[in-house]
Amino acid sequence: MEVRPPRRSLLRPVLAATPRAGWWGLASAAAIAFLVVPALHLLVPPSSPLHVSDYAVAVAGKIACYATVAVALDLIWGYAGILSLGHGLFFALGGYAFGMYLMRAIGHDGVYQSDLPDFMVFLDWKAYPWYWRGTEHPGWALALVVLVPGIVAFVFGWFAFRSRVRGVYFSIITQALTYAAMLLFFRNDTGFGGNNGFTDFKRIFGFPVAAPGTRVALFAASVLVLLVTLVVCRWLVVSRFGRVLRAIRDGESRLVCLGYDTLWYKLLVWTLSAVLCAIAGALYVPQVGIINPSEMSPANSIEIAIWVAVGGRGTLVGAALGAVLVNLAKSWFTQAMPELWLFFLGFLFVAVTLFVPDGVVGLVRKVRRRRRAQVPGAADPDRAVEEVVA
Amino acid sequence: MLLPRLLPLLALALAARPAGAASLDPALLKGLAAEDSGDKIAAIRALTLAGGPEAATVLQALADDRLQVSRERILIDEGDRLRDAATGEPLARAPGDVEAITINNRVRRVAEGSLALLRLFDASRSVRAQAAEALGGTVTPELLPLLERALAEEKVRAIRETLEIVRARTQLGSSEPALRLAAVKALGAGGTLAVRSLLAGAADPAGEPDAAVRKAAAASLAAVDRRLLLADAVNRTFSGLSLGSILLLAALGLAITYGIMGVINMAHGELLMIGAYAGYAVQSLFRARFPGGHDWYVVAAIPVAFGAAFVVGVAMERAVIRHLYRRPLESLLATWGLSLVLIQAARVSFGAQNVQVANPSWMSGGVTLLPSAVLPWNRLVIVGFSLAVLAATWLLLTRTRLGMFVRAVTQNRAMAGCVGVPTSRVDTLAFGLGAGIAGLGGLALSQISNVGPEMGQLYIVDSFMVVVLGGVGQLAGAVLAALGLGVASKFLEGVTGAVVAKIAVLAFVVVFIQRRPQGLFAPKGRAVES
Repeated sequence: MEVRPPRRSLLRPVLAATPRAGWWGLASAAAIAFLVVPALHLLVPPSSPLHVSDYAVAVAGKIACYATVAVALDLIWGYAGILSLGHGLFFALGGYAFGMYLMRAIGHDGVYQSDLPDFMVFLDWKAYPWYWRGTEHPGWALALVVLVPGIVAFVFGWFAFRSRVRGVYFSIITQALTYAAMLLFFRNDTGFGGNNGFTDFKRIFGFPVAAPGTRVALFAASVLVLLVTLVVCRWLVVSRFGRVLRAIRDGESRLVCLGYDTLWYKLLVWTLSAVLCAIAGALYVPQVGIINPSEMSPANSIEIAIWVAVGGRGTLVGAALGAVLVNLAKSWFTQAMPELWLFFLGFLFVAVTLFVPDGVVGLVRKVRRRRRAQVPGAADPDRAVEEVVA
Repeated sequence: MLLPRLLPLLALALAARPAGAASLDPALLKGLAAEDSGDKIAAIRALTLAGGPEAATVLQALADDRLQVSRERILIDEGDRLRDAATGEPLARAPGDVEAITINNRVRRVAEGSLALLRLFDASRSVRAQAAEALGGTVTPELLPLLERALAEEKVRAIRETLEIVRARTQLGSSEPALRLAAVKALGAGGTLAVRSLLAGAADPAGEPDAAVRKAAAASLAAVDRRLLLADAVNRTFSGLSLGSILLLAALGLAITYGIMGVINMAHGELLMIGAYAGYAVQSLFRARFPGGHDWYVVAAIPVAFGAAFVVGVAMERAVIRHLYRRPLESLLATWGLSLVLIQAARVSFGAQNVQVANPSWMSGGVTLLPSAVLPWNRLVIVGFSLAVLAATWLLLTRTRLGMFVRAVTQNRAMAGCVGVPTSRVDTLAFGLGAGIAGLGGLALSQISNVGPEMGQLYIVDSFMVVVLGGVGQLAGAVLAALGLGVASKFLEGVTGAVVAKIAVLAFVVVFIQRRPQGLFAPKGRAVES
């Protein structure tokens, strides 16, 4: 891994960052998402046991978005040691930004058949507030998805990192940030539908939102975003930049003494992570059909951290895996025994931090390492290298 | 509580007066049967001025649609028999040509207003107070003499004050500028919003033709406004202090545990909840076993709340937190998990709904500082209680051997261990102490707000803000930060509304921590980084 290919094209180091086994995994995930699921959903009749239901596609799409968020959090927590307890904010901001477009795409089909969304009619508003301007164009809405959370994250990060707020303090103020934003969005006057948020979407880019074809396309887009996120983050963490991030995690003061300006490294990775969350949020909203301020509740944000911890932090793939596992468990619990879900989640938090600090991926690696250690003479490989090799 | 039960009783007493006690002038009564509503109202006023319980009986019957007329003779329908309204004599047999007297809403309002006026002479204080409140704007200048008489006879100050406002209001409606001027001047002594709106009307050229009255009204208005502003400031300061004292109890424990172990306990809010539910459990026990001692259940709940939270805290520390001392970020997650478990446990055992925790009777009511500034006893008690707990904590930390150990471990764990401080036991005890204080905070909270499984979540962010603002492990910082945050947020609420106030406070703390990451009272010297 230490031998870097000559940088002729930008793409080559990106592609080289992911090992061959990883590419096989990504390719099979892509094949399932882009070929198998659409075929089983659209072509196989609902009566067949092989048919993938609407519900399954929606849940899978939702979980793909969650996995992207988990990878984004792992990028900053696992590699730079910055634990954000406010990533739900960026996720929701992305969702709201794209939700603005979806609300305007309802057109006159709302309950009041007005130019304005129903909640504005209800508040007796006569015109869109200024920040809604241009959101009828999907392009501008997509730009907002990236710009708003990006700018919020950049400004917040700049202030926080510049004054060297770190560790638990940083976690706590990110939590306060998302809490304050939640309160703000709960207000009707904020202009984002208050308690109820945005819902009742009708169409997206001209296609009906609930149609099977649209669902499959959104699901495939979510998986694509997840895969691209994995590849790009992978490239980032094996690059020189990624090594600086790990150095920040392990001993920021020393790095500063060596002459690195850690502010810009942290700020860049923090903003990137926020933007990735926002993109996932924008894909999440049309699939679940609603976005409201409870997405910004501190509980939601901290749950993201447990996905990462379950999968294994500092592994990227593990974060995505953790998101999938925990959310599948959640879907199952909330149907089978809803009153036990919080007990399970609570004990999961405790058990993972106490007994499996490296998550599922860490566990697998440990087993492998032990097996290798049985071969006489094989030394325990250095962990930093291990991380890079996946 | 007593009033709604008393009122029907009173009406009954009035209706069932023994016959022949006194009689009314039939000429007064005749107008009640008039066709025209205006005539009816005039008759009601005349009857009211005549006063006395007989008049009240007749008016009550009129308001209840039980008044009948037979050949200019007014009769009261008492269900089984008829009674002559003028003499009070029951009729042996009903005359053939009885006709019911019907009234419209306008007449009914006048009749009810007059009834309230007559009730001002009742022997019961609560009936009089209720009547004075009910009078509102129904008194017309013709009835002023009766009001004056009631004022002259009234001994209770609160009722007098209400009546004076009613009188001034009535005088404002008179056509005499002198009377209006007197009224406006009298109102200048008031201090409530109702008085303010009356004066604002009198100062308005559209409603008041006389310039002298307007001028006096403007002067009175300014006086009332000053008083209202003062009352508002008093109210806000006080509710801020009581909020701050709850935050203080929540933050004290947090500051101790963070100071000594570097562990931020996300389940701290749930320790508040445990204290509150302990109060609820003790209350239920008292209801079931000692109904007579209900007033003192709060006192009995103090050790229970402390003990319950202490035990849970010690268990948490032993089972989970001690394994995470060197991993602060993970400890955030683990304690969050504990909080989820505790919330769900409360939901399963006490139900998802809020439970009712009642104030003991000695905590209800309040101290009236100004007409619109009342300090409720429950909040006063809470402020006092918090100060007592603060004092006890301070004594414990500075005057006992355990406190010395705690401070030693906070300053330098390794060195403290070297000189023989049992650091692990000190950790457990300190954590239990912090938890117990939070339990006491929860008990205090149960006296002023809802008790439910999620109550801890509402306060946890605020108590973090207190710790962050005050600086870790700093008692003085925590006190100042808690009271400051409480008062500031209550004052902001007045200007911007509750939500924006909360956002503003959070934003302030976020900015503050960036300017002074070590809190209000930063430790002197160079902070050593790990």
